[in-house]
Amino acid sequence: MGYDPKNPMEGRISDLGPKYYGDMLAPVIKNNKGKWLYHEILEPGVLVHVSETGDKVFTVRCGTPRLVTVSYVRDICDIADAHCDGFVRWTTRNNVEFMVDAEDKVAPLKEAIAAAPSGLPIGGTGACVTNIVHTQGWVHCHTPATDASGPVKAVMDDLFDYFGSMTLPAQVRIALACCLNMCGAVHASDIAILGIHRTPPMIDHERITGVCEIPLAIASCPLGAIKPAKAEVNGEEVKTVKVNNERCMFCGNCYTMCPAMPLADPEGDGIAILVGGKVSNAKSGPKFSKLVVPFLPNTPPRWPETVKVVRDILLAYAKGANKYERLGEWAERIGWEKFFEETGVPFTDKSIDDYRLAYDTWRTTTQFKYTSHTAAYTK
Amino acid sequence: MAKHETPLLDELEKGPWPSFVTDLKRQAETKPECWDILGQLELSYKDRITHWKHGGIVGVFGYGGGIVGRYSDVPAQFPGVEHFHTVRVAQPSGLYYTTENLRALMDLWEKYGSGVTNLHGSTGDMIFLGTRTENLEPLFWDLTHDLGQDLGGSGSNLRTPACCLGESRCEWSCYDTQEICNHLTQHYQDEIHRPAFPYKFKFKFSGCANDCVAAVARSDFSVVGTWKDQIQIDQAAVKAYLNGDEGYPVNGGAHKGGDWGPFDIQKEVFDLCPTQCMWMEGDELKIDDAECTRCMHCINVMPRALRPGKEKGASILMGAKAPILDGAQFSTLVIPFIEINKENDFEEVIDVIEKVWDWWMEVGKNRERVGETMQRVGLPTFLSVMEIEPLPQHVREPRSNPYVFWKEEEVPGGWDRDVKEFRKRHAA
Repeated sequence: MGYDPKNPMEGRISDLGPKYYGDMLAPVIKNNKGKWLYHEILEPGVLVHVSETGDKVFTVRCGTPRLVTVSYVRDICDIADAHCDGFVRWTTRNNVEFMVDAEDKVAPLKEAIAAAPSGLPIGGTGACVTNIVHTQGWVHCHTPATDASGPVKAVMDDLFDYFGSMTLPAQVRIALACCLNMCGAVHASDIAILGIHRTPPMIDHERITGVCEIPLAIASCPLGAIKPAKAEVNGEEVKTVKVNNERCMFCGNCYTMCPAMPLADPEGDGIAILVGGKVSNAKSGPKFSKLVVPFLPNTPPRWPETVKVVRDILLAYAKGANKYERLGEWAERIGWEKFFEETGVPFTDKSIDDYRLAYDTWRTTTQFKYTSHTAAYTK
Repeated sequence: MAKHETPLLDELEKGPWPSFVTDLKRQAETKPECWDILGQLELSYKDRITHWKHGGIVGVFGYGGGIVGRYSDVPAQFPGVEHFHTVRVAQPSGLYYTTENLRALMDLWEKYGSGVTNLHGSTGDMIFLGTRTENLEPLFWDLTHDLGQDLGGSGSNLRTPACCLGESRCEWSCYDTQEICNHLTQHYQDEIHRPAFPYKFKFKFSGCANDCVAAVARSDFSVVGTWKDQIQIDQAAVKAYLNGDEGYPVNGGAHKGGDWGPFDIQKEVFDLCPTQCMWMEGDELKIDDAECTRCMHCINVMPRALRPGKEKGASILMGAKAPILDGAQFSTLVIPFIEINKENDFEEVIDVIEKVWDWWMEVGKNRERVGETMQRVGLPTFLSVMEIEPLPQHVREPRSNPYVFWKEEEVPGGWDRDVKEFRKRHAA
């Protein structure tokens, strides 16, 4: 018996919730839960956790593209069946983790991973560039200003050596969100790649009455730039809206509420880079990422401008930062004026906040560093 | 479905990072609709714009969330993706799987959908990407009847809660993140599946202040593990770190690839401690725990020597969200310390959750995240709603403007005064 469309409510089960996590744990995990004493990263991508019971679990971490097919997942299952007693887990950053309960099982596991038909690079631990948290982009979303999987692939190809090594001053968390809704929550990342729009919404007067609650569309604008209006469609007056383009900050919230206000555009859309955010409380508290590159064009298939800026920022950080220093901590220590100088990222007025509470970021001290930016004053 | 030429996407088959294009092409051999995914994506690469229509409300009977409608705007060219709805499947806490369950999920998705997934979506669910409306009920039937599992959240409801891996494989977790995450996910199935909130609401559970699940940045209700007693010190292990003994790499080996020289505890731990509360007395490590803010740095650097205290629990912070509309917010500290107690089914945490919901469901505006409601009414008002005594810990620093919203009852004599009486003493 299966679903019967004639009796849709017959035999229906609901509100089961997720599978119980306790049924998903390998014996070495289940037996030592809450008893772990310490861990060590043995080599890039390989960790050991040691329990007070004397048990050890060895973990091999691998990057995945996150956007994966059932075939890819079955390849992972094949490895887990052959080497990990049929258990596997994912990390919060789209890496997959294979665990074994003895050190001599690590080498065969790594061989199997290397031989897998799906690419499974080993790494993502310690002072590295780990996998990029990202969103759907053009492959599945209706509001994106850029693609997600494509730029992620291009950036990770370029930074591949940093995934499988631990040479950086600290971990570098890169994230990509394909529009300002930020399903990828890039607002607290060391390096954030953010899709942005630069064209105000168009108004589809022919459709707006049928598909929008006009008061909700008006209320959706944080800057009050949308007003009620009337337009003529096929000789008939219809209720619609108008947009004060001068006020628009291109957030796209109106389009989320009203499908008759599309704003995506091949020339208008592109990528902004924000840097210096962090989530962890270690040393300094969580920090927001700051906008340092206001716009880079959408240049599929490999977004070379974005790839280059990310690399330039990473290399300047790798050269200048102290051990343990996160990217934002480095920028704060040397001063943001030095950040622009060291990375070669041009400073523009777009990095000066003119939204709400903007004054919080303006400099109100005589303490600053002379950099190339001040040359006109000091020559 | 015909194979499409994809010269642009083919460029993404190059390079060492695993290629989603290669993976999709391989899948297309048995799931030909993957050619239409590639075909439409290629068109987006050419046009530099999305080809998905706005929204579309679809779902399964009795649920208001868990499925997101999606339709192609070029269905004639790519019939395989005409309908391409998202199905969110609630993940097991901590993202552990048996291959038996994973294979069953993949079989289900091969049968009813495109065979393309995300492991995982940003909130934590397993995401099935792309199916037709008529497949939704049969898929849901099999998911619940055969696999014994369920959809996650979408829309203005409780979104699928998420946690770090917690005690299952981390020595720093200050409570059982998986247990509370799973318990509350089960406890609030109705709130997850039937939208009744002003807007979305997310729980995230991190075992310590390293916050691997980004609770402070990404959840309306952030539970972050901490302790209230002293950091546990193993002085012998401290010496082993100082000696650079085998098996005692600093930062758990995280810096093994760099040329950083020998471990310098002064420079690498004491000077980077935000409160400078650590020092050596002879060969003994001392910590002034009263000054410690439990940031985790010293513990991160010397995991064999230092451990969180024994009296563990969590801090609760509230109100994080992404930037739409007034800018991104981190969660704000509300409850400095709470015990996470599975013996009473997490009653203390549930009390806090329901107090926030009762208030937010009353005063929250349509599409207003709780962090925005907190901002709108102000933290003092929010704390009074929560019946929490205001503490200096609730602020980074006291306000610098003097615009206090005094209440009439706080002013002796109140506000009701007679201007005529006033004028008898003070000529205009």
